Amino acid sequence: MKNLMITAVLIAVTMFGSAMAGNVVITGSTTVLPIAQAAAEEFMKANPTVNVSVSGGGSGFGIKAIIDQTCDIATSSRFVSQNEIGMACQNNVLMVPHQVALDCVVPIVHKNNPINDISLDQLKGIYTGNITNWKELGGPDQRIVVASRDTSSGTYEVWSELVLKKERVFPRALLQASSGAVAQLVAGNPHAIGYVGIGYLNEDLKGLTVNGVKATVDSTLDGSYPVSRSLFMFTNGWPTGNALRFLNFLGSPQGQALAEREGFVPIYKLN
Amino acid sequence: MSQIKQQDKWLNRNRIEYLIQGLFFLLSLVSITIVALVFMFLFKEGVPIFRIVSVREFLFGKLWYPTYTPADYGIWPMIAGSVVVTAMASLMAVPIGLLSAIYVSEIAAHRIKEFIKPVIELLASIPSVVMGFFGMVVVAPFLQNTFNIPTGLNVFNASLMLAFMAIPTISSISEDALAAVPRSLREASYALGANRWETISRVVVPAGLSGISTAIILGMSRAIGETMVVLMVAGGAAAVPESIFDSARPLPASIAAEMAEAPYQSNHYHALFATGIVLLIITFGFNLLADYLSNKYKMTEN
Repeated sequence: MKNLMITAVLIAVTMFGSAMAGNVVITGSTTVLPIAQAAAEEFMKANPTVNVSVSGGGSGFGIKAIIDQTCDIATSSRFVSQNEIGMACQNNVLMVPHQVALDCVVPIVHKNNPINDISLDQLKGIYTGNITNWKELGGPDQRIVVASRDTSSGTYEVWSELVLKKERVFPRALLQASSGAVAQLVAGNPHAIGYVGIGYLNEDLKGLTVNGVKATVDSTLDGSYPVSRSLFMFTNGWPTGNALRFLNFLGSPQGQALAEREGFVPIYKLN
Repeated sequence: MSQIKQQDKWLNRNRIEYLIQGLFFLLSLVSITIVALVFMFLFKEGVPIFRIVSVREFLFGKLWYPTYTPADYGIWPMIAGSVVVTAMASLMAVPIGLLSAIYVSEIAAHRIKEFIKPVIELLASIPSVVMGFFGMVVVAPFLQNTFNIPTGLNVFNASLMLAFMAIPTISSISEDALAAVPRSLREASYALGANRWETISRVVVPAGLSGISTAIILGMSRAIGETMVVLMVAGGAAAVPESIFDSARPLPASIAAEMAEAPYQSNHYHALFATGIVLLIITFGFNLLADYLSNKYKMTEN
């Protein structure tokens, strides 16, 4: 009898627990992945009964997953395309965008490099291999050492889209596996140029102004700095339940601080 | 009564022996199973790329742009990078490794030998990431400033680091091979009036040749499969290097750098696994060659 009662209580507790608990499945952009992961960790600490699973796969993959309704939140480093909106309509899915952070990528050179400003066209020339000497930019007569991220990285994606305009980076560029490696390379080489997210700037590196605009949180937020973009999460319809709570957490100052910690620009100025 | 007990004990012991034998057999199967599983997995994940590109295009294509549409999946620059880096590392490591083995085994006094041997082996215990860091932070700026070259992250730097890592392999296996040459051969050589140099170069080294060639091949196979060093130090440019101061992107570096961000089951993902197959075939070939050489020149003592 006593055993039976304990069992009944246990069952009740589990059922009650599971009513509060839940899963939030997040997939998509590898760029947004660190933000989603950091936020998921903090969110699960505060809500131990909710399991947030985060995976990568690319923005297209995430948007496809939300259209197929195999995830709750899709992360994306670009807005949805018209083609994807059409597919979503056919599946009776309404994709609702939520801006979660901004990505701001800064061209960097060695701190002793005399160059301070560079134009988007010049950057494109350098990365496609058409400008190969600093002399062409008003610097010393030295070959430019071009450092880039691997072509599969999210940072490269921004660069490819906004600087290279989808043209290919020339094969002699030194492709580095992490932004840290790019920063290290440029800090140690007076003839190198590279690019990193704004969070990686330090006193050993000189961030260049692009078309005369300095990369700051302000110039990213008002859109005047050209190499920046919004990062999104998409839900099917207005979010509810745990997905809503997660997105609200990400939008809160605490969540935005996490995005900033991961090297991104928050969607509003944090104090 | 006691006799029966005795027999029981004997039977028992026999059974335990069988059990233990079986256990050992199973344990030896573990590594075979793992090898088989790795091969299967690698082929399962890598082969689908050949529905997109032909084997020929994949191996000899000069452009590697896996994330573009249309994409290019040519790994020739990476193969060339691996081959050049390994060949140069061997050029540096073989003479140093072999000569130090000869010195330690044949020439050095006992006390010097007791000191040098562990130090060479200590070189093998340096983690590859530390070696890569050393190449990146110390050697690269040094090369840049000394030779006035655009970047110190290049084929030469990577080869140098790989040579450091291959030296202990080559040296210690060669030294074992030389030590295994029977004393009687040396004595016979001296008895015929040969001096020390003639004995070493004409008798001991040729007699140990099978072990020495195995050592060299294993050293090379260590160099070609090494990932961290080439990822950090070779520069990462996916183009065929034209000088030793050009940057390169050897096969393991390409896989390690891109695998984390390649979408699961995408063409890029399959292409990276196919790159792994190519690397595996190369190292497998090296090991077969080492095996063949060690049998071919095996001395028959009779």
